[in-house]
Amino acid sequence: MRSANSVTQPDQWQWLLIILALTYLGVVLLLPAGVVFHAAFQEGIGAFFASLHSHAFRQATHLTLIVTAIALPLNTLFGLCAAWVIARNQFRGRTLLLSIIDLPFSISPVVAGLMLVLLYGDRIGWFSPLLASLGIKIIFALPGIVLATVFVTLPFVAREVIPVLEDLGPEPEEAARTLGANSWQIFRRVILPHIRWGLLYGILLTNARALGEFGAVAVVSGNILGRTATLPIFVEQSYQNYQSVAAFSAAVVLAGLAILTLIGKGILEHYFLKKTPSS
Amino acid sequence: MVRPLTKCWPRLADRSKSRGSKPLHCIGLEWFSVFFSVIFQFEILVLNLVNVPMLNVDVMNGSAEVQRSRWSWPWVITLTYLSVMLLLPAIALIQKSLSLGWAEVWRIATDPVAVSAYNVTFLTALAAAAVNGVMGTLIAWVLVRYSFPGRKVIDAVVDLPFALPTAVAGLALATLYSDRGWIGQWVAPLGIKIAFTRTGVFVAMLFISLPFIVRTLQPVLQELEPEIEAAARSLGATPWQIFHRIILPPLIPPILTGVALGFSRAVGEYGSVVLISSSIPFQDLIAPVLVFQRLEQYDYAGATVIGTVLLLGSLTALLVINRLQQWGRRYAIR
Repeated sequence: MRSANSVTQPDQWQWLLIILALTYLGVVLLLPAGVVFHAAFQEGIGAFFASLHSHAFRQATHLTLIVTAIALPLNTLFGLCAAWVIARNQFRGRTLLLSIIDLPFSISPVVAGLMLVLLYGDRIGWFSPLLASLGIKIIFALPGIVLATVFVTLPFVAREVIPVLEDLGPEPEEAARTLGANSWQIFRRVILPHIRWGLLYGILLTNARALGEFGAVAVVSGNILGRTATLPIFVEQSYQNYQSVAAFSAAVVLAGLAILTLIGKGILEHYFLKKTPSS
Repeated sequence: MVRPLTKCWPRLADRSKSRGSKPLHCIGLEWFSVFFSVIFQFEILVLNLVNVPMLNVDVMNGSAEVQRSRWSWPWVITLTYLSVMLLLPAIALIQKSLSLGWAEVWRIATDPVAVSAYNVTFLTALAAAAVNGVMGTLIAWVLVRYSFPGRKVIDAVVDLPFALPTAVAGLALATLYSDRGWIGQWVAPLGIKIAFTRTGVFVAMLFISLPFIVRTLQPVLQELEPEIEAAARSLGATPWQIFHRIILPPLIPPILTGVALGFSRAVGEYGSVVLISSSIPFQDLIAPVLVFQRLEQYDYAGATVIGTVLLLGSLTALLVINRLQQWGRRYAIR
């Protein structure tokens, strides 16, 4: 970490650099965010709230919350296990395992959705005979949306927990074990207190992505408004159907959640830096 | 060490075969058990390959504990979850495109519409990542080096593309750059159309790839010591020499890593681009949208092949990124 005094008060030329950088940020990032709020409230606050009461919007919110509520615990459990496996063990293929966990970051969400269609889709999928005989529908239904969301949000928790777990080191766990603690006690009393900020950070990122995933979910959901549309799909479908107030109202809800995520991220980073001054 | 488990899987596969009288069940269960035994074989392979200390011998509690923790739970969960959620879908994609035969794959992959879609996707993503390579470096520099009011807030804003759902970003950009939008209305009289053209795709990719460069560069900039710059200045170096000879060289690997990360994200981007482009072939149709269109037309072969090309593209990008990161680390040690 650099010391605070090397951050300098800018002189004239440096102000020019700052203004250039801020203008770019403003045009590329802030203007789009501003446009969403402006367009949503253009026809008055009443129109905004009216569109939030529509059946399709409520269904989309409901579905998004259900999907997140399923995907989040699954990926948290996996992330904790994967982080423990990678941080606590030295083995050949460790880097490979890390790269595999990172894979969803580089695979296009549409391709991720395509993979699920090829696996579970009607007639085309590997498992379609089995699913047909059991009468289970995965693609164009809730399970497919959950699988797609899980796929794209898989790396976040593991990615954030690995460094803090490595930072902790195996010694406290070993000490607890020699004192007779069982695995659950070790996790609950020794590991969890240390990794909680990293874990929360990972959960926050997973949550933000799960609420907002569009590409992968669009492929597997079938985009049926009022049935299998999540909030981002509701935004897109409403916009394509020229219901721009509905689209922008839902977009404001999602943008509000994004801002909350950024604030939460800032707070967690604040705690992070306090907790681990060594980094 | 893990033989007992390997043994019980073929038996399950046999049992499913003996139910052969019901055709649907037969095919389904057979496939099901075969694929899950493949997954287990894979796990056993990995576990043997990596020499996992699976005998988590607990000295305190004696031999009963040894039996219980043979397959330690985190290992089982990690590998099973990865296999089911990640590897199985990836294998399905690759198997499907291999099953088409090389001639057919080549024909679909080099179809003029597909080639122009790769062209638009990869070149536009490269251009956007390159522009952000310059502007992102400037932003990271300003955020690390100078103090000005609102620095912390601006720093948080950089993460906006990570937090904002891509559909919302696309909606916002399409509105902003349309003929009546805040920016579109100023450039429209000049004859410039941004929304629903390739420029619109570029603008969306610019939005989506910016944080990668800034966030990759920031920690490296924080490690740089301003004292060296001061020393160079005291020895009579001009500002250009200081930038060119002192500041820039250690920043090249992280800048390139950030550009590669941003490029790889922009190539796969769907949500924000689909709303701002008209998705017309040979104009502004990108490869992920083409995959989606092929799926909507039930052209699974087309979707699979183009999806595989995209997958191979992102795997190549991943390899390049790994190499760049290794290069950066070597630089840091020297």
